[in-house]
Order: sequence, then C-alpha cells, then structure tokens
Amino acid sequence: MTNYLYYPGCSMEGSGRSYRESLEGICEPLGITFEEIDDWNCCGATEYVSLSTTPAYAMIARNLAIAAGERKGTEPLVAACSACYLNLAKTDHYMGQQPALNARVNDALGAGGLHYDPGTIKVRHLLEVILNDVGLDRVKAAVKKPLTGLKVAPYLGCMVPRPDVDGAYTNHEQPNDLDRLLRALGADVVDYPLKTECCGGHMTQVAPKVGLELIRRLVAEAERREAVMMVTVCPMCQINIDAYQGEMNAMFHTHYKMPIVFFTQLMAVAFGLEPGKAGVGREYTNAKKTLVAALKAAPELALAAAGAAPAHKPRPDKRALPMPRMTDSEVEE
Amino acid sequence: MCQEKCPKKVLDEVFEAGLGYRKAIYTPFDQAVPRTPVIDRANCTYYEKGTCKACEKFCETNAIDFNQEDKILTLQVGNIILATGYDLFDARKMQQYGYGRLPNVFTSLEFERLSNSAGPTNGHIVLRDGVTEPRSVAIVHCVGSRDKNHNSYCSAICCMQSLKFAHLVKEHTEATIYEFYIDMRTAGKGYDEFYQRIMEEGGIFVRGKPAEITDVARTPEEEGKLILQVEDTLVGQQRRFPVDMVILSSGLEPRADAKELAVRFGISCSFDGWAIEKHPKLDPIATMTEGVYVAGCVSGPKDIPASVAQGAAAAARVLGRIQQKQMNLEPIKATVHAEHCSGCRICNTMCPYNAISFDDVNGVSSINAAMCQGCGTCVAACPAGAISGSGFSDEQVLAQIEGLLRVGADGLALRRSAYPETHHDEIEEAVRA
Repeated sequence: MTNYLYYPGCSMEGSGRSYRESLEGICEPLGITFEEIDDWNCCGATEYVSLSTTPAYAMIARNLAIAAGERKGTEPLVAACSACYLNLAKTDHYMGQQPALNARVNDALGAGGLHYDPGTIKVRHLLEVILNDVGLDRVKAAVKKPLTGLKVAPYLGCMVPRPDVDGAYTNHEQPNDLDRLLRALGADVVDYPLKTECCGGHMTQVAPKVGLELIRRLVAEAERREAVMMVTVCPMCQINIDAYQGEMNAMFHTHYKMPIVFFTQLMAVAFGLEPGKAGVGREYTNAKKTLVAALKAAPELALAAAGAAPAHKPRPDKRALPMPRMTDSEVEE
Repeated sequence: MCQEKCPKKVLDEVFEAGLGYRKAIYTPFDQAVPRTPVIDRANCTYYEKGTCKACEKFCETNAIDFNQEDKILTLQVGNIILATGYDLFDARKMQQYGYGRLPNVFTSLEFERLSNSAGPTNGHIVLRDGVTEPRSVAIVHCVGSRDKNHNSYCSAICCMQSLKFAHLVKEHTEATIYEFYIDMRTAGKGYDEFYQRIMEEGGIFVRGKPAEITDVARTPEEEGKLILQVEDTLVGQQRRFPVDMVILSSGLEPRADAKELAVRFGISCSFDGWAIEKHPKLDPIATMTEGVYVAGCVSGPKDIPASVAQGAAAAARVLGRIQQKQMNLEPIKATVHAEHCSGCRICNTMCPYNAISFDDVNGVSSINAAMCQGCGTCVAACPAGAISGSGFSDEQVLAQIEGLLRVGADGLALRRSAYPETHHDEIEEAVRA
C-alpha cells in the first residue's frame, strides 16, 4: 500500500460526490491509500487568483503548509479536482520563482503560525499518479468486468495537461493518457480531438451564450464520433457539461443526451463495484442505463471478439497512400 | 531483374518518405551512385527464413552474394570535407498540426514525392485516399523553426520551398492555395520575383502561424475539411480556413548524431548542433581544425545554390592543398622548452589536435608544429610552465583578463558584457576581494 496525502477540495464534497465515492472504490484494488490533510481550506477556484494575488496565494499556500507539516516521508500531495491541482501546483511554482511573492505569502502564513518553503511538497493530479505510480499493468490486473464495447469520449479539460510545469505529461495538445487508461479498462475509446478544449468554465454564469456554445461543441463532437458517454477528470467540466446540457439544448434547439462521468467511476465499475455505489446515477443526464446495458453486453462482445479470427482491419483501398508511422511513445498499447 | 523478381515489398520510409514501396533488394533511388542494388537484411525473406533466393536465381551475371558483410575501410587522408547534411524536423512533435493523426496533413518531403512524376502517384497531387484531387491546399511555413518550443532559428529554405509547392499545386490542380507565414524571406537572386509571380498566380498569403489544424467542424461548410485556426496578424483577427489538404513546411535540424561527429573530427558545433566554421564570413568552409572542411547544411540551414557553392569551394581548397609542395600554416604555435619539461605528459592528453607526442629518448614532450593549432590548452595546462605560445606570453594573457574584469569606481565591472550575466555578482565580488 502506497500512501498519499490527499487534498479533496470543495467539489468532492458536493457536486463531485460521485468522484469521491468512486475514488474510495478504486484505492484498494490499486494498492493505494489517501490520507486527507487536516483542516484544509478553499483552493481559490478559478476566480480568486485573478482578483488579488497575495491573499489568494496565501490562502492556497496554507494548504501546502499544512500538508508539509503532516507529511511523514516524501509522499506527494494529490488532488483529484483539476482546479485544485492547478492552484496548488501553481502556488508552489510561483512562490519558488518569485522571492517577493514568497516573502509576502509567508508573512501572511506567519500570522497563523505557519510557514511553507516552495518545493517542499510535490503536488500531483490523481490521473498522473494512477498512470505513473500505479501503472496500467496493475489497473488491467484489477479489472473484473471489462467495459468491452462501451464507446467513450475521453475529456480532460484545460487544467490537467497544461501548463504542466513539471513536465509530467509528454503531450499537451492531444494527450493520450486518459485514452490509455480507459482502454486498459476494456472500453472502446473514440478519437476525441477536443479533449483539452474549454468546457466553458464560469462562462455559464457570466456569459451564458459563450459558455453554452462551448458545451455544445464538446457534446456535439462526442456524439458525432459515436461516443455514448463522456469521461472526465475534472469536477468543473463534469458539472458544466452535465448540468447545463438542458439549457444548452433549449438554446440551440438540440436534443443531446450525453452523460458525462468521472474516470474513477468507470474504473470502480470495471473493478466490480455496483454502478450505484460508484456514484453512477447522480448525473442530470443519467449514465446508469447506458452503463448497465454495456456491462450486460460486454461479456458476449468480449467472447465474440475472442472467438472470432484475429480481427482483420478492413483492407484499405489499394490506391490509398500509407499513413505516417508514429513513434513508440505515441503508439498506444 | 532481381528487383522485379523479389517477392518482398517494403515500405520505403527514406526515399519515398513513407508514401511508396520498394523491394527487399533495391537501389536506394534512381540516381544513386553506385547504381548497384543492395539487400535490406531486416526485411529479406532469405535472412528471415533461410529460403527464397529469388534474386539469385534470376540474376544473369551471378552478382548476388548473400555472404557479403559490411566493411569498415581505414583510409589515410590529409583532408576531410564534412558534408553530412541535415535532418528534417519531425512534424509529429507538433501535435496541434495533427500529422500522423489527420490523414490529409502531409510534410514537405511527402509532398515532394507526391508531385514527382516518378513518385508513388506518378506526379498526381492527391489526398491520402490516393484518388481525390484537393480543391484547396494550405501550406504552413515555419513548422518547427522560429519556434521557441522547438528550434529558434530560421531554416532558410522553407519560404522558397513553400512557394515552389504553391506553384506545383497550381500547375497540377485547380486548387485554391493558402500560404500561412510569419515573414516572407525571399532574399536571393530571382527569389522575390518568384514570390510575386505566385501572388499573381492567385496564391493567397495569410500572415499568421496556425494555432491548430483540426477536423472538428463548427459550421456545415467546414464538414469533412481540415480547418486551420489562425490569427491573421494583418487583419488582427482570428480566422478559420477549411481546406482539403495541408502541407507542413518542416524546418531543418542538425543530424541526430551531429555532436558526436563534431567530437570525432575535433571541430566545434553550436548548442543546436550545427558545425562552427573557422570564420562565419571570411572562411565559411574551413574549421578551426586544419584539414577538416565543411560544406552544405552541416554548418547551418542553407539552400541548394549555397550548398553547391560551398561544396565546390571546399573541393577546390582541398585540391589546392594536395598539389602544394609546401604548406602555409598559421604563425601561432606552442613550443615546449625542453630544459623545463619534467616529462609528466599532462599536455599529451590535453591537446585537442593530437599534436603533442612524448619523446622517449630525451624524456620530454614535443609539439608537432604542423598539427598545432595554437589553441593554448597545453600552455595553460603545463604545471612547470614549460610551454609557451608564440605571440602570447603568460603576462600578456593575464593582463588581458585583468583588463576584462576591471572594476570601476562604483564597484561594478566595466565590461560586464564580457562574461555571463549569471556570474556577474560572483566575479565582481572576487575581483573586489
């Protein structure tokens, strides 16, 4: 069992409850444990940093100081919410880069008897921890109910692979990290080029026309690529695409019904948890029916795939020109 | 005959840029010298399974020899010309342009093969399906060049190459052509005239580097197209251009092993890996190492006329040297003062030009004046101070360093530009002390 410090953030308690529930379901099969840091506070979300830097960074750094104090060894601080991850990582990075900011922040922390030296603790996102520390082999080994035939669109949003100050991701424009993970669960991952596009963020509040158009693009493309479900790593993306889909449909006179779930939910279900226990069904656009149907059909599909002769790809037209060969790192297993 | 009869077809990723096939026994390309076929061992059925030998059976002159091995030749030469060329920037690294993911995104080298009448499509400019002629083509300049994330230098050839592509597309198809550029760099005889000719032919020039090439349509007109999202910096607006085909004008890079090459031949190269000339303006084909010359892209991106001129110049220089009875050498040399030499041999291994040998009889080191380049490494290294450089005494060099590091009344160095910014404080402190 590898232990990690864990910063949940507000959404894990509220709108992203299903994220938390499913995360609990995957820890044991993956051999990891999370220790929630004590008395954590708001990460500042996307607004505070743009309003007033010093108080915002001081507020975020308070979490880092607490985490650094609670650490027993060299374990990193893991955040599941992309906004929390970004804010914590950004604060650590900027404090290290700007001595003046570091001094101001530590001055503020000092009032509460706290202190934080930038670089002390490594902030990491859950997705990257599962991919790099746990590894896909272990994930594959834990799968009890493969999601064979479930067509999913992997959607990361803007805050995970970028700005990537530590260089943990090799690809920032078209990252395939989530694709590889979902494929390890047996799912049929569609090519979804909008995986790092904007979900609208708080545009749904300040400029609904803009926000809803951004959501429409994402949902329309997932449907066009024949995905039955979108999968995300970010509670903000999830709530935007899920909760505002109705409003978006009303605005554009469309009838999309695209469920969006957290990747941990699909992991938990593939590891054998009941969909309901993994928080599936809490969405406004319900994913349960699709998922249950897929689970039911999966064994047969898997059997058919195993029994059939090694799948011959449809022969391309003889006149067609070959596609460029991709290097090993880009080829997915 | 052997190539005709060989049953094994292999994707040719070198000459055909991955668009065409060759056999397992093949001539690298039609103009190859010598024009003798070679066997690709990795793909030959005989080497894989031990049977086949179709080529041998059909060869009328019995020229096939399966036992031939690679040979390493050792040659004694007095002059070497390095003309190892360049590598093309790998467009897969710019994922936002979708090369390798979006079928109708091509690289410049692929397009060269497409437009070649001896190429895989017999010169028909078509999309990846091999049949459809594009109705609109976008050519993207500076892919991997003038880009902080990849190579910051200008690759020099891509503007003209892109204009040539535009002309070829116009000649072969009815397509509308868009060129996406940062700056048009058409210096050279007849080059700018060609640029103007392409504009007159109807090429549309958009000043801006595309942010993204995508197949995600936003409007019905964009359906089924590749869309370039670009900030048109002349209009000052974000624009979207739906096209059928995109050609990425990839930049030039030093060969992957350029730094190893530099070490092996005792020359220096820039941080990027381009070989450094003896003098960038006055002696662009020689290097600091006597007898080693560079020609073409090994010393930096350049076009065909410049490469040809350098090649000819380097050959002429070497010919001149070969025919000389006597050689003129640089006057700056190091000399060992035998009476002070302790015979420690430290200088023997330090010399980058292998000019110092040990004289076993007298127990001292001696310098071969013909090989010495006067770099001064041994002068500095000699613990006994037994080596001196002609024209540079230790006192002179030390006085120069002192002058360089002189500190003014304000306590700051007078010539701060003489050393790296990161070391300003450190050096100033040391000098003050």
